[in-house]
Amino acid sequence: MVTVQLFSSLSALADGQREIKVEAKTVGDVLVALARAYPGMAEKLDGGVSVAVDGRVIASGLTEPVNELSEVVILERLKGG
Amino acid sequence: MAFDEKKSTFDVIGSRPLRPDGLDKVTGRAKFGADAYAPGMLHAAVVRSPHAHARIVKIDTSKAEAMKGVKAVVTRADFATGLKGENWNILENVMAGEKALYDGHAVAAVAATSALAAKDAMKAIEVTYEVLPHVTDVDEAMKEGAPVIREGAVSPGTPEGMHPNVVGYHESGHGDVDKGFAEADLVIEDTFKTEATHQGYIEPHACLAQMGNDGKGEVWCCTQGHFNVAKVCAHLLGTDASQIRVTASEIGGGFGGKTAVFIEPVALALSKKSNRPVKLVMSRSEVFRATGPTSSTSMDVKIGMKKDGTITAASGVFRLQGGAFPGSPAEFTAMCSFAPYNLENVKQIGWDVMTNRPKQAAYRAPGSPMAAFAVESVIDTLCNELGLDPLEVRLKNCSKTGTRANFGITWDQIGLEETLLQAQAHPHYSAPLGPNQGRGISCGFWFNHGGETAVSLALSEDGTVSVSVGTPDIGGSRASMGMMAAEELGIPYEKVRTTIADTATLGYNEISHGSRVTYASGLATIEAARDTIRKLCKRAAAKWGIDEDAVIWEDGCAKPSGPNAGEFEPMTLQQIARKMGATGGPIVGHYEATPEGAGVSFATHIVDAEVDQETGSTSITRYTVVQDAGKAIHPSYVEGQFQGGAAQGIGWALNEEYIYGEDGRLQNAGFLDYRIPVASDLPMIDCVIVEVPNPGHPYGVRGVGETSICPPLAAIANAVSNAVGIRMKQLPMSPPRILAALDAEGK
Repeated sequence: MVTVQLFSSLSALADGQREIKVEAKTVGDVLVALARAYPGMAEKLDGGVSVAVDGRVIASGLTEPVNELSEVVILERLKGG
Repeated sequence: MAFDEKKSTFDVIGSRPLRPDGLDKVTGRAKFGADAYAPGMLHAAVVRSPHAHARIVKIDTSKAEAMKGVKAVVTRADFATGLKGENWNILENVMAGEKALYDGHAVAAVAATSALAAKDAMKAIEVTYEVLPHVTDVDEAMKEGAPVIREGAVSPGTPEGMHPNVVGYHESGHGDVDKGFAEADLVIEDTFKTEATHQGYIEPHACLAQMGNDGKGEVWCCTQGHFNVAKVCAHLLGTDASQIRVTASEIGGGFGGKTAVFIEPVALALSKKSNRPVKLVMSRSEVFRATGPTSSTSMDVKIGMKKDGTITAASGVFRLQGGAFPGSPAEFTAMCSFAPYNLENVKQIGWDVMTNRPKQAAYRAPGSPMAAFAVESVIDTLCNELGLDPLEVRLKNCSKTGTRANFGITWDQIGLEETLLQAQAHPHYSAPLGPNQGRGISCGFWFNHGGETAVSLALSEDGTVSVSVGTPDIGGSRASMGMMAAEELGIPYEKVRTTIADTATLGYNEISHGSRVTYASGLATIEAARDTIRKLCKRAAAKWGIDEDAVIWEDGCAKPSGPNAGEFEPMTLQQIARKMGATGGPIVGHYEATPEGAGVSFATHIVDAEVDQETGSTSITRYTVVQDAGKAIHPSYVEGQFQGGAAQGIGWALNEEYIYGEDGRLQNAGFLDYRIPVASDLPMIDCVIVEVPNPGHPYGVRGVGETSICPPLAAIANAVSNAVGIRMKQLPMSPPRILAALDAEGK
């Protein structure tokens, strides 16, 4: 199981939980598992989020591997100027 | 060297060759957006709302359409229907639907045989408005009873019970801030405000668009992201992205403001209707009124500190207005706020708020400079109150590799501490100050970004190289790409030419934003060069009749990997290229990926300011930027980015602001009344490039274009506050505002 940290507006869509454990081998798996467990999150996740894995911010790559030791943090979708 | 090893010694990287676009730009040969021309071309003009908020009752175009030379008029009815989400927001901003949402909002457009005829026709379009109450201030827009910009725009997860103008919410942090504040010897809480500022690019938005009856379109425009222009235009016109080919012109500045799309869909719609090419060039006034400035903010920051300078807790509430649409960077403001510090107890909240202003657009590290202004001001006040050295305090509390960031991640390899140490050692930090002068320092942070990227690298028979990239050059990237290709191939930089390819030529490239280009397109260029090298080695192997694995590339030549591979004279790139037609055909290397290893970046700035207490005028007398670049490919361009961020920050801190009248109309839509710094306003800006390699790039590159604007607002505010002995809490610190502060304190 991978532990996923959520920022607040996602947390509000997951019954207030700030950390959720999901079965996942990739970043894509994490997002699918979250949307399946908490359908209210789907719109926000589809709209775009970034995922930080072990301190590296994965802006859009769904194939990035994760494991049970990974630090996985969901962030707002990154963009810049 | 194996391809998966990180390169640390260089022949080309780190040198300072002449910029490839320099001669074109100083001789006027460079073609910008407004330089595009096509036979039979029409000129367009846009009708814009004179009201901050109004229902559009009726648009009568009949008189305009009957005028001589007028070939087409478009309104919202000429665009796609049924759009949702951000596509709907963009369309609504490009051409108003039921309501005009801000002063300058486009409501109709006309194309005619001359620019004058188009302007005359624009005046003949009669729009009937029902004027509605408006709100332009972020705090006012959140209050009960404030005019509602639009119902139903709230993002999922936003707390219930808020005003409908409050459309997004972010909260993050860790620890127990109440416990942390209780442990502090001194807690300071303050409120800060910043006004909206424009990116101030010198070149207004401009495009030439052509769309035939067959649905195929062509666009030439100045943009930071032509692939995105194609995608957005396709959505807004109801066609396919591949049917619209977009070519990016030279760009006269963007700074984030040209990541958005404003006029290209309008020009295409007019072209489709008139069956003629249509040119649309914004005036400066239109740029100010109808393109994205940054958000204005209202921020509360509270920090607790022990007498020894240890920060025990920090919290912040950041309210940002994003104009009449969701999407202000409130979440980035919140996340960047305390990123430079290693905090046990921290909490940050961001609110995204709509007002009757133009849709905000990105501006260099969107949201971060304002956060730094508030946070670093409070830290400076704490240092003053506790009699502590502000740089020592930052060193004591700074984020390091392995620190848990305020928004949850654990920092990978970062260089903030190195920037602080270099700043401390710089002669600037210990130089004496004169009368009425103050010194300020600040740290700043930006994430940086990777994103979808495709690069192609083709050899010519004479051994020269063409690199095609899909990221418009907004900061010298053509030079950097050429240098990286030359480094890998082992050939002189002058043998490489880098071109920005159109959207039909390469795979999708994300916009030039997020300080991503030297990182992501650079990584792709390196990989495309390595792909080319593999093909070159294969040709040499075939020539020598040995296995291709027995050939290495070294010093610009294919060589046998060792004695066992056989004895052959090395073959140069030029020798292989000359025969490529007869040995297998053209040699082209390419690389397509979404690089995800963009390393974050930190900076520390030192500023000296002198305030004339009679006039309230501020002069920046000395400025030093210290920033982690990972690896500086072309140090002159890196320094240029450092200096550019500082210069824009000086304008933002001291003079620039959107001024709205009581009628909700912008009062200063021109450079006479919206004052950006000119060369004579600026000191020489000293630069120190720190190089803590980014593990996610073959050479260690980090983006540098945005972080440089994160510390200036705060560093300048600290310098000015220390010069006048009053904490300045609102930007810009223009002469009237400084005089008012002096008057209020009886000084």
